[in-house]
Amino acid sequence: MSDRRDGTPEAALDEADEDPGTAPDGGHAAATPSTHTVRLELVDEPGQLLAALHPIADNGGNLLSIYHERGNKTPRGRIPVEVDFEATPERFEGIVDALRSEGVNVMQAGTERYAEEVTLLLFGHLIDTDLSDTLSRIEACESASVADVSLAAPQGTEEVSSARLRLEARAGETDAALAAVRDLAAEKELRVVEPLTGVEA
Amino acid sequence: MRLAVIGAGAVGRSVVELAGEHGHEVVAVADSSTAVVADGGSDAVGVDPDAVVARKAERGIVGDDDPEDALAADYDVLVEATPTTLGDAEPGFSHVTRALERDRHAVLANKGPVAERYGDLRAAVADSDGAIRFEATVGGAIPAVSTVEDIEPGHVTAVRGVLNGTANFILTRMAAEGLDYDHVLAEAQDLGVAEADPSFDVDGTDAALKCVILANVLSFGAADDPTEAREFTLDDADVAGIRDVPGSALRLAAEDGQTVRLIGEATGETVRVAPRLVPENGTLAVSGTQNIVQIETSHAGRLNISGRGAGGPETASAVLGDVGRLE
Repeated sequence: MSDRRDGTPEAALDEADEDPGTAPDGGHAAATPSTHTVRLELVDEPGQLLAALHPIADNGGNLLSIYHERGNKTPRGRIPVEVDFEATPERFEGIVDALRSEGVNVMQAGTERYAEEVTLLLFGHLIDTDLSDTLSRIEACESASVADVSLAAPQGTEEVSSARLRLEARAGETDAALAAVRDLAAEKELRVVEPLTGVEA
Repeated sequence: MRLAVIGAGAVGRSVVELAGEHGHEVVAVADSSTAVVADGGSDAVGVDPDAVVARKAERGIVGDDDPEDALAADYDVLVEATPTTLGDAEPGFSHVTRALERDRHAVLANKGPVAERYGDLRAAVADSDGAIRFEATVGGAIPAVSTVEDIEPGHVTAVRGVLNGTANFILTRMAAEGLDYDHVLAEAQDLGVAEADPSFDVDGTDAALKCVILANVLSFGAADDPTEAREFTLDDADVAGIRDVPGSALRLAAEDGQTVRLIGEATGETVRVAPRLVPENGTLAVSGTQNIVQIETSHAGRLNISGRGAGGPETASAVLGDVGRLE
């Protein structure tokens, strides 16, 4: 991520009365725009990229770079695109909402500071139920991506094993990510130990 | 206050023993098949606590009277300390309503009636000059219910915590010693921390009942019209226990500075009990058989109360505290 801070004057004004000290989750502390990366999936049709960039520009995002992976299609035949832009926290939320309401498939949105991190445990017959399938299906869920996995299978791969997963979720979408994991676990007869979210001990 | 103590298990016996210290008099005690009732009369003295406890220990009975006589005795407060039953919550439920029909108070240590038939109980209270209290049903010695009442249920957004000492003991030992569930359960049974059939505790039922009770307190307490309040029973709770939590899961949690606790959560809308990841040194990660209740309030932040969640004298203290509040 770049660390450029050339925010527009309007943006600075918008945030003049923000208190940078009241951001327990680190989500709204910044008084300057920061760089965001959004991962989109576009249908392979003319005009799709332009349609996806409009909501960013129209909502106060300052486009920095576009990485258009034409040769690398997703299993569903879509084209992954990574867009970097600068925006203030409020505008970033608005941009992502605007993208979604335009029907653009936002796979991942946020910077480190925007992502909510959540750690959970899974246990059961993780290996027999295809752990890599489990992980890629969590990845496929719009709300979260898997940042880190630790596996413990002390009794071999055919017995009950445990995994600790660190997920990165889009701001405000931790609950949706957890719900997706819960559904997947129910389907595979795995157990989830969820964190107590929203509770600082 | 003159007490009729129904149920002579650990809690009932402790109530009998400690009532005098709290300035109350026990006029009747019943177990499931026998009873002892003090002689009436103007200068009536209560039953002899030591004699009751000794007889129960030696002969398995509390006296030569019929349990019906204890229910009909001239008491101010009926203490319902029979074992928790689910569904119709009998015979505890009828013991309480019979007291209310006579315009007497009832204090419950039995979770069944308040968890499974709270609406019926509230209706019986509405028709009576008597009141009910049930602090002892949630978190033993911890003043969970009365704290929620003091803050007022409408200003409490959630109550959560560790509400089962047996499950907490097992999880604590598993994490500390790297042992598996079965080994620690056997150890807990030898120590008397877990029962021969531990299902009620390790499957989360006991914690769920406590959360259901709290959900009822929140729901009825916050409702403008209690007859319209949502009633909760065990069937409304989403419950998962700790029976199959592997040691490897606790090790993975520990590597990340966390641990697993059986956490119950109640709001006026939901009840959920499940093993959850909590910070290893966090407030909710109480050790051994300790319990903790965490109350989330609208205006007063978060309150944490930890302490002994079970045990005869501990639970009896909560019962006698309730009796005091009825004076």
